[in-house]
Amino acid sequence: MHGRVKIKSTAQQEEEKRKEREKKLKIYVAARDACFSKRKEGIWDDEALQLTQQLLSSNPDFATLWNYRREILMHLETVKDEDEVQKIYEAELSFLESCLKVNPKSYGSWHHRGWVSARLPRPDWARELSLCDRCLSLDDRNFHCWDYRRMVVKMSGVPVDQELGFTDRLIGSNFSNYSSWHYRSTLLPLLHPESPEPPSPCREPPHSSPPPSPQTHSHRVCEEQLLKEYELVQNAFFTDPNDQSAWFYYRWLLGRAEREEMISCVYVSRDEERVAVAFSRPVNAQSVGLLLVLDGQPQRVEWRSVHPRFKHSPVWICDLPPGTISDITNEHNLTVHWTEKHTHRDCALYTGRTESWCRDSATDQELFRSELSVEKTSVLQSELQSCNQLQELEPLNKWCLLTIILLMRALDPLGYEKETLAHFQTLKEVDSMRSAYYGDLCSKFMIENTILKMEYAEVRVFSISDKNLTTLCHLDQLLLVTHINLSSNQLQQLPPQFAMLQCLEVLEADNNSIENLEGVYHLPKLEEVLLKNNKISTLADLQPLASCPKLKRLDLRGNPVTQTANIESELAELLPSVTDLLL
Amino acid sequence: MLTLAPLIHCLYAAESLTESVAAAAFSRVGQRVLHVDRRSYYAGNWASFTFSGLLTWIQQHHVTLLIKEAQDWSSLLEEGEELIHLSHSDCASIRNLQVFCFTSEEDEEEEAPNTTEEETGGTKETGEEEEEVREEEEVREEEQTTPSAALRQSEPTKKKISYAQLLKEGRRFNIDLVSKLMYSRGSLVDLLIKSNVSRYAEFKNVTRILTYRDRQVEQVPCSRADVFASRQLSVVEKRKLMRFLTSCVEETEEQRAYNGRPYLEFLRDRQLGDNLQHFLLHSIAMVTEDTPTEEGLASTRHFLRCLGRYGNTPFLFPVYGLGEIPQCFCRMCAVFGGIYCLRHSVDGVVVDRDSNRCKAVIDSRGQRITCSHFVVEEGYVAADRKRVATPTRFLSRAVLITDGSILPSDSDQQVSMVTVPPIAAGCPAVKMVELCSSTMTCMPGTYLVHLTCQSVGSAYEDLSPVVTRMFRTPESHDQETCPSVLWCLYFNMTDGSGLEAEGHNLPSNVYVCSGPDGDLGHELAIRQAESIFQKILPEEDFCPPAPNPEDIIYDGDNTSSSAGGEEEKEENDGVAEEEKQEEEKEMLEEEKEMLEEEKEMLEEEKEMLEEEKEVLEEQNLQTEE
Repeated sequence: MHGRVKIKSTAQQEEEKRKEREKKLKIYVAARDACFSKRKEGIWDDEALQLTQQLLSSNPDFATLWNYRREILMHLETVKDEDEVQKIYEAELSFLESCLKVNPKSYGSWHHRGWVSARLPRPDWARELSLCDRCLSLDDRNFHCWDYRRMVVKMSGVPVDQELGFTDRLIGSNFSNYSSWHYRSTLLPLLHPESPEPPSPCREPPHSSPPPSPQTHSHRVCEEQLLKEYELVQNAFFTDPNDQSAWFYYRWLLGRAEREEMISCVYVSRDEERVAVAFSRPVNAQSVGLLLVLDGQPQRVEWRSVHPRFKHSPVWICDLPPGTISDITNEHNLTVHWTEKHTHRDCALYTGRTESWCRDSATDQELFRSELSVEKTSVLQSELQSCNQLQELEPLNKWCLLTIILLMRALDPLGYEKETLAHFQTLKEVDSMRSAYYGDLCSKFMIENTILKMEYAEVRVFSISDKNLTTLCHLDQLLLVTHINLSSNQLQQLPPQFAMLQCLEVLEADNNSIENLEGVYHLPKLEEVLLKNNKISTLADLQPLASCPKLKRLDLRGNPVTQTANIESELAELLPSVTDLLL
Repeated sequence: MLTLAPLIHCLYAAESLTESVAAAAFSRVGQRVLHVDRRSYYAGNWASFTFSGLLTWIQQHHVTLLIKEAQDWSSLLEEGEELIHLSHSDCASIRNLQVFCFTSEEDEEEEAPNTTEEETGGTKETGEEEEEVREEEEVREEEQTTPSAALRQSEPTKKKISYAQLLKEGRRFNIDLVSKLMYSRGSLVDLLIKSNVSRYAEFKNVTRILTYRDRQVEQVPCSRADVFASRQLSVVEKRKLMRFLTSCVEETEEQRAYNGRPYLEFLRDRQLGDNLQHFLLHSIAMVTEDTPTEEGLASTRHFLRCLGRYGNTPFLFPVYGLGEIPQCFCRMCAVFGGIYCLRHSVDGVVVDRDSNRCKAVIDSRGQRITCSHFVVEEGYVAADRKRVATPTRFLSRAVLITDGSILPSDSDQQVSMVTVPPIAAGCPAVKMVELCSSTMTCMPGTYLVHLTCQSVGSAYEDLSPVVTRMFRTPESHDQETCPSVLWCLYFNMTDGSGLEAEGHNLPSNVYVCSGPDGDLGHELAIRQAESIFQKILPEEDFCPPAPNPEDIIYDGDNTSSSAGGEEEKEENDGVAEEEKQEEEKEMLEEEKEMLEEEKEMLEEEKEMLEEEKEVLEEQNLQTEE
């Protein structure tokens, strides 16, 4: 049409672009070859700087060129004075900024920026921080930038409160941001540490310098601040309960203090002339400096874990030299020292006793609850209330359900047992992909509850039948148990950890799906094993039982293994001690 | 004297957004466009003024225009032609102009005696109707008697900006006659992006949505981040609100059950509580209590779709004021050869009796200009020839210059959209926009506040009660914490939505477009422009993307010849603005990303647009028949 502005056709534009690309490629290749040959010749001049700059600005992920550039810069450092070096590096930073515009997630550019910033004679950290802020405002999940920012903050010593304000800002603009929440969790304990604990004798006196270092720090946050954080994070998960970042942070807030490292139990048996020691966490007793003192005499003993599979284990045992404590008329005093942690535990074996122990019970340690002060209980109670409120509005939200379960456990694990089980049921339905996870978690909580009940009853019988258990845990807590009933659950194995039940005499595990008895291993007192209706199919599966010297009664009815030919004679050979065999 | 091209495809008289958009669209596809405007400034009632410009405008509207005798142009007519005279006075669209100044005339150090004040006031308002002068005097008297004590109290802390200062810094003001915002997924924004016209302007996000409730200004949480940060909502309310907003996006049976019943009822039945109900009805849907549910939901959805495209609110505002928008389209029109003529009027339309088509127009200087289509603003057309809603609907407008934000926050550079529900039964709902100085519409230290509502009475009657309640004026009582009004203007403007789309007693190739309407968005103007365009050129694309300067081929060889004078000029402009364009490119790229992310939503919109198109096409067919 007349008068219409003529515009190049797309074909024309394409052609022009193609030509331009070709031209660019030629220049690029030529410059690259020039760079390589210069580097080979060891030339570190301005021209090389320019060449690499030209190449890197179009392709900032060319690591070799960054390396070459660093070589040149390091060389220039040796020949120029400080002001010139400053200038060179400043130019380098603005060049890098342009590279980051091309690709804000280039490993090469960010790494080089870190390198330059660290070598800059007079660094301008404020400028670097604002660069990071700009980058994060464009993409608040750019982890390269987060990494670089951490370095800048560390180098320039940005005050912690300022950094906390920074996370406030980021979370305010978009709270679906793990990085910000996580950063918050590292800052809060520094800024609002938990009120100082009464000085314990083992601890060094408090440092005089205020900035707390991670080693001396408890990683916990004072209660006043915790309350504010609860409020903040609640706003997030009420606004969007399907966003998991807030829930994760919430879990951290509700989290318990780290357990004190200690020897939680020492058990001594006169008959076996054996000592068993339980620790608060899995250790390698051979390397932590464990020392057994018997009646004032250090003993040379061989520590072994309960099962050869474990290099680290919470339970270790040793045999005393024969005859040391076998005389029932003697009284003995034992002390186990954990020299590495400057802690120990005593245990007295009195006259006439065949065994003795000294321990902190799970109840004493509040092992399965958050460490709560009375005030905090009321706080948790109100947290539970608001979660219940949310659950009313969003009955099928899995994060909410799971959090409610955790809160209930923190408050009163036994009192809320029924509700907990009901919520687990809902969880398995709404999030069927993770039903096995919920099953295991539920098993764990049921075991914890049973341990508590057992300890309240002051018995050594652990009975948890018909509770849909899918897994076993906390077995180190069952070191003293003599009688265990696991009947009518969904267990598939008795794992190696099961060998920690050093006092076990009777094992009831009818009506499970057990195929594997690996953990029934060297249990010195085990006499009776009831495995009716399980899935033990081969003789080899029964092999571990052979290590239990006192086994007398074995019930294998309803197991595939009973169909094996010559099963009775085979068993008699494998387990000569068994006198009462049910097939 | 102008030498005009022999044939003008399209001729425009007067300026409004509709005309400038249509003109740009025609020019862009190669039509010869002539644009004449009797005013000395662009954009008519869409214009932005500096402070002194606005004062001149006020003065002009006070002076009763001498109605020029209709001149006899019969000598210019040929046989079989007749002349339709066009109206000369555009003052009809503006009424009830009232101005108040509540700040001292001079700087306070050299506090002027009252007499001087009156004197300057007198000279300033020469030609004003007597009644208004009196009113203003009354106000002044009041100021000097009772509330002055209260005013003086705050002085030690903050010195009030004087009238003299406003005048001195007058060039920093860009005061719009209309008050609108751009919905970030509205048809105007889509058009700006599609046509590349966006490169001629810059935009700012409206940063917050406020509402007036229980005598207090509150922030309305509307985005996810807002809801998260809100302090006035309980966590349960937060959940309910988020749930409601997500559930709204899709139409459900449950919602359809409420069709025809008030939206308020629908909201009530969701058990949201008073807080949320207020926010949803007045600030998010921006409807009244009796609006039907389907309409309320549709505007809620529109609001939500617009959210998050550019920021935490659904709105954009052009830096330097809304007057920029028509100018941008004019510029685009000029780039593609459109010709502009200010202070130039069209006296009459030459109509061929047989075909009832406009053949030419006669301008105020007696020049006959041939054209094949003529687009004219409503105001030019005599009342008996156009179809408008009767009685004529008006908008009430107020423009305030204040000394502080209505809701102070960490930042003093907030752009706020404020919804004010009817303050009493029978009162109109008021939409208020508060602009800060970084929008380049007012001087630092002041805020420019626009109030708009459908007229019930005069602008003063409709809006001054709201102003008195929300701001400190001599008439307000114990509102120490409110920002003070330094200067304000009330006027009524014809509501453009009163103009019927069809059925005017005019030749078939004369198209009437309306002035500004009272809606917050620009849908009406853009729809009108597109519909005019499609009537004339049904085959052509409406505002296709403008090419980049480097992709334009000039006549003859590749060396820049003189053939494309206009374009060449634009090339130079282009170079001067390369920087700006680059920034815009970045912006556009970000937009692209966002667009991709929300393609789904766009597709929905497309469908809706297509439906609209179909409707329009149907209309076209009908007119052709």
